[in-house]
Amino acid sequence: MSGLFAWAGEHEALLLCVAAATLVTVLPKVLPVTFLRGDSLPPLLRRWLDFVPVAVMAALVAPDIFIYDGRFDLSTSNLFLMVSIPTFLVAWKTKNYFVTIAVGIGLVILARWAAWAV
Amino acid sequence: MPATVSVRQPGPPWAEGLRRALPITLGYVPVGFTFGVLAVKNGIPAGLAVAMAVLMFSGSGQFVFASLWGGGAGILSTAAAVGIVNLRYLLMSAAESPWLSRISRVKRFLLGLGLTDETFAVHITALQEGWPLNTATMYICNSTTHLSWVAGCTIGAFCGNLVNDVRPLGLDYAITAMFLALLVPQCASRLHVLIAIFTGALSVALKAGGMSQWNVAVATVAGATLGLVLSLRQKRAEPEDAA
Repeated sequence: MSGLFAWAGEHEALLLCVAAATLVTVLPKVLPVTFLRGDSLPPLLRRWLDFVPVAVMAALVAPDIFIYDGRFDLSTSNLFLMVSIPTFLVAWKTKNYFVTIAVGIGLVILARWAAWAV
Repeated sequence: MPATVSVRQPGPPWAEGLRRALPITLGYVPVGFTFGVLAVKNGIPAGLAVAMAVLMFSGSGQFVFASLWGGGAGILSTAAAVGIVNLRYLLMSAAESPWLSRISRVKRFLLGLGLTDETFAVHITALQEGWPLNTATMYICNSTTHLSWVAGCTIGAFCGNLVNDVRPLGLDYAITAMFLALLVPQCASRLHVLIAIFTGALSVALKAGGMSQWNVAVATVAGATLGLVLSLRQKRAEPEDAA
């Protein structure tokens, strides 16, 4: 037990920082869904929120695809961009969630196995 | 209703929860592993790295934490950067609220704890596709993905040197592929396609321009606002075609 206290004392600043980071992570996750009255939101806010899923998914995935090695890259050396083109087509044509993911991962494996790009 | 990439299929709630969790866990284990390795490299004790995975359950937040702390940033600036990265959770949590308004506040709180970019994306897509809300499915998906995240972080933190390069497994692309598969059915109208392109481009521009902690939240607010404005104009032009 005293060992634990000694450890905590040694890492006091880090522990405080983890506590603060936990707060600013968990509060934005739980506060709106816990306290917003979802069935009686103003219609304009409701309509605005209806666009959040498409917007947030695009905002999350686009940098993964177009930013390679820390910068915007449209060249063939950007592996995730090259793989995302056929993966997108599969998503669009098959409408199948699991097939899309499997094809995407499969193409990355193939490209790396063929040492085409990293 | 346009054809969609189906995220749901009939079956018991737990099976549906596991089905939803599977592709996410494929991505979480290797990313969690990477976090564990990075955290220890940046002077965070392995046990604390695991505690962060349990408490925060936030990939981007934890990575920002590890790199800033390792770079010598103080408590305030590290926590502030984590808070900025996580502002997007406010938007997702709010966007979920109309769908969850029928269940109790305690359940909404518990489901909120399991919110990540990925669990939000699969749950909201299923709800939009007409899935009858089942909280057991959501809990099971959230806890399974959380468990895989903690497992990945633990392996990385305690035995990071035992595993060589995981890139040949291609799993670093799992989350990207998942979001692509979920973004396509989101594009249910021409307006939604436009919003996706606008928001994606803005997010890339902001990130490439150095706003790597703000890009998702700022681009999402701008994209949703553009969507609202355009849909109101569309509605005025042709009242029949409410998007």
